[in-house]
Amino acid sequence: MRITVTVDGTSYTDDVEPRLLLVHYLRDRLGKVGTVVGCDTSNCGACTVHLNGRSVKSCSVLAVQADGAEVTTVEGLATDGALHPVQQAFHDNHALQCGYCTPGMIMSTLDLLSENPDPDDRQVRLGLEGNLCRCTGYQNIVAAAQDAARRLREADATAGGAR
Amino acid sequence: MTSTVDAGTTTPEPEIGKARSRKEDEHLLTGRTKWTDNLVLPGMVHLAILRSPLAHARITNIDVTEARKMPGVIAVYTGADLAEEQGSLPCAWQITPDMKAPPAPALAVDTVNFAGEAVAVVAARSAYEAHDALEGIDVDYDELPVVLDLAAAAREGSDLVHPDLGTNVSATWIFDSAEAGTGGNVEDAIRDAEVVVERTFRQQRLIPAFMEPRSTVVDPTGPQITMWSATQVPHVLKLMLAMSLGIPEHKLRVIAPDVGGGFGGKLQVTPEEVVTLLVARRLGKPAKYTETRSESMAAAHHGRDQIQKLTLAARRDGTVTGLKVELLADMGAYLRLVTSGVPILGAFMFNGIYKFGAYHFSCTNVFTNKVPTDAYRGAGRPEATFAIERIMDELAAELSMDPLELREKNWIRHEEFPFATIAGLTYDSGNYEAATARAKELFDYDALRREQAERRERNDPVQLGIGVSTFTEMCGLAPSRVLGSLAYGAGGWEHASIRMLPTGKVEVVTGASAHGQGHETAFSQIVADRLGIPFEDIEVLHGDTQTAPRGLDTYGSRSLAVGGIAIVAAAEKVVAKARPIAAHLLECAEEDLEFTGGRFQVAGTQKAVALTDVALAVFAAHNLPDGIEPNLDSEATYDPDNFSYPHGTHLCAVEVDTETGWVRIRKYVCVDDIGHVVNPLIVDGQVHGGLAQGIAQALYEEAVHDETGTLLSGSFAEYLLPSSADLPEFTTDRTETPATGNPLGVKGVGEAGTIASTPAVVNSVLDAVRHLGVRDIEMPCTPMRVWHAIESAQGGAR
Repeated sequence: MRITVTVDGTSYTDDVEPRLLLVHYLRDRLGKVGTVVGCDTSNCGACTVHLNGRSVKSCSVLAVQADGAEVTTVEGLATDGALHPVQQAFHDNHALQCGYCTPGMIMSTLDLLSENPDPDDRQVRLGLEGNLCRCTGYQNIVAAAQDAARRLREADATAGGAR
Repeated sequence: MTSTVDAGTTTPEPEIGKARSRKEDEHLLTGRTKWTDNLVLPGMVHLAILRSPLAHARITNIDVTEARKMPGVIAVYTGADLAEEQGSLPCAWQITPDMKAPPAPALAVDTVNFAGEAVAVVAARSAYEAHDALEGIDVDYDELPVVLDLAAAAREGSDLVHPDLGTNVSATWIFDSAEAGTGGNVEDAIRDAEVVVERTFRQQRLIPAFMEPRSTVVDPTGPQITMWSATQVPHVLKLMLAMSLGIPEHKLRVIAPDVGGGFGGKLQVTPEEVVTLLVARRLGKPAKYTETRSESMAAAHHGRDQIQKLTLAARRDGTVTGLKVELLADMGAYLRLVTSGVPILGAFMFNGIYKFGAYHFSCTNVFTNKVPTDAYRGAGRPEATFAIERIMDELAAELSMDPLELREKNWIRHEEFPFATIAGLTYDSGNYEAATARAKELFDYDALRREQAERRERNDPVQLGIGVSTFTEMCGLAPSRVLGSLAYGAGGWEHASIRMLPTGKVEVVTGASAHGQGHETAFSQIVADRLGIPFEDIEVLHGDTQTAPRGLDTYGSRSLAVGGIAIVAAAEKVVAKARPIAAHLLECAEEDLEFTGGRFQVAGTQKAVALTDVALAVFAAHNLPDGIEPNLDSEATYDPDNFSYPHGTHLCAVEVDTETGWVRIRKYVCVDDIGHVVNPLIVDGQVHGGLAQGIAQALYEEAVHDETGTLLSGSFAEYLLPSSADLPEFTTDRTETPATGNPLGVKGVGEAGTIASTPAVVNSVLDAVRHLGVRDIEMPCTPMRVWHAIESAQGGAR
């Protein structure tokens, strides 16, 4: 089947098998290897990307379902060499060790913060429940998510003030 | 081009101790990663492995005709096809001279011994096509009796995993303090005891569950065969592949690129690595194998799985007089790299932080039809620590003593270090009093005890329990001579080299192989201090046997306590080599030079030359002292004299709903003493992650098999890896008693959290329900088990 998908701002048109998973399309066809596969039961969330602005586990979406859609991966967040505020917060709070869950964790954090710009500890923990990390014990991820929330609120306030 | 400079008066702020955010983060945060599975090479084929659905069976026939005809398939191989060249997967630890070790083929040849064992491999144009073709392979099996129960397998007359061996017992290993001359006879201690507490604990089987599934790429087309693998141990892997496959060692190169966690689970020479290499070599093309998570759960080695019988002898005043430990350890179906040695590491830790008069340890290693066990975070030490910390609480209950008071009565006091233990180690330093006092204060111990009493008084359905764990561990694996005395197949040194580049930048090469620990950051901090070079100007290289040819890799909390010290030694050599050149440039005597802040300065003057300028002068080599080698690069190999001994006090408060069995961690405080700290940010991260894994053993995780040997907890849908919602916020703090055995005073922190937390949590659950008559709950303490324990203690009367 022929699909057209916009990934991190670039439009791609490809013939794909109907069974091809979105994550494999991203990794094997487009070379978007920043998004990774951690399990085969959609439990771990390592493959999380945004599909039309909402987080999805890309191992549970077929490439053909993304036809006509916009996909954002962790590779599309940094702009002009500057880390996205969520990426920066993960760095500053030591919210990653091996880094394998990090792409999915960052994309899920972004989605969580778009729904709740000021989550408390419990809300972050419940919001990120679908992303597993084996290294950090989550404490610094929770701190990073709240730090990122602060940064994004401040950026919004600045932008709002300018308008 | 080199000139002497007036020394400034500013000394840079020390890097060691700074909470530096990590150098390794940026590429991980932005997805510019080098995971093995990302790699694509020209002409590369993709592999898929057919695995046995049965735990024990004879292979009577394999028909691959259909598979060979399927689209995209390039080749299909069975164990019989590779039998001549695959050798036996290595076990590096012959714990006794008569240890039984069955041949361990990478692809099963005539029998399969666990469900998930590799039986055949397909090479195809794409991974999808390779997996499709597995459907076209037809295997006929004759089922054999399945041996699963550890205790039953150890008994005479059991069905056998390997009938050729005539027994399921691989080896029995014994330590006895009377024999070793470290203490008395434990049977005398038990006979003379005023109190004897006997308990049997079960260490359930766990799955390491690193987040990155294992993956291997092999390129056979160059002068060397190059293997990329998601491994903790590229150096060990290279050596073992050479030895077990007969490939000349200089024809192999192993690269561990970005590696997504290990926890001991990637401390292995795997069947999949061997198969990928053999297929690539046969086809003359690069080959890639990446496992699915379900394959990883079924076929990557598991951890723990022991039955621990302890007998503790004591006086009524709480003085412990002896400890007897009888272990059964489940090897699974084969001995992998260090399968046999993991329980033996525990032999030195059952005495914990205590002074016992007598100690006897025996361990029987037993085969079953399950995937082999091997290293998992802590490897032998969490098992030992759990058992002793659990039974100390049982003794405290028996004597109606506060568990902390009982520990204090028995522990080594800080003025008694160095202390020769009953298990034959010498603990160099420690201060259990200080760590415990700090933990009690942060925990508000007395207030929580009061609340506990109140809840009991009013028969609250939600009871409060307080659990204690005062632990130590042996880290910095390991003194080579000690490993030799335990018949381990290699040493425990680590190697480092430092390259001084002409522009003043520095490359540091380490034999440690990071997979999330933060070596690049921590090692840069050490070199920055030792050479006075800016943190940003240092690059740490690792994980490739071509750039880092010597090394023994990363496990056993050894990277800093062994690898870090090798780096210090290499840095000292750089300074020593630079000194005569600096003296020549400054026209002074060597002994007049002081090296501080990256500069050689003539004592009592402002005349100085920077080490970076010496490096440039050495590169030019125009003006060097006669006969001197124009090279500052230095290397060092460090072999520790002793282990290091981190310790700490962990306190856990849980609420247990006695009506549902639900356990909620209300407060977790740990005070760890890991000696000097290079980077507190990294240390806290290691502790948090370690706590999560230890708590997971206490409450959540277990590898469960059905009666046929099929793994029921075979994916993340069934194996309960805790999520953010399952874990509490931890309070971490430190006391700092430097290690005396190394110049940095560091001890290691990779395993502390995992070792200490499991008994703290289980002790707290027991403490919450002990007044209801509950004496033990098997791990993981699930709501069902807790509820059942309460029900059966109450005689079903409620």
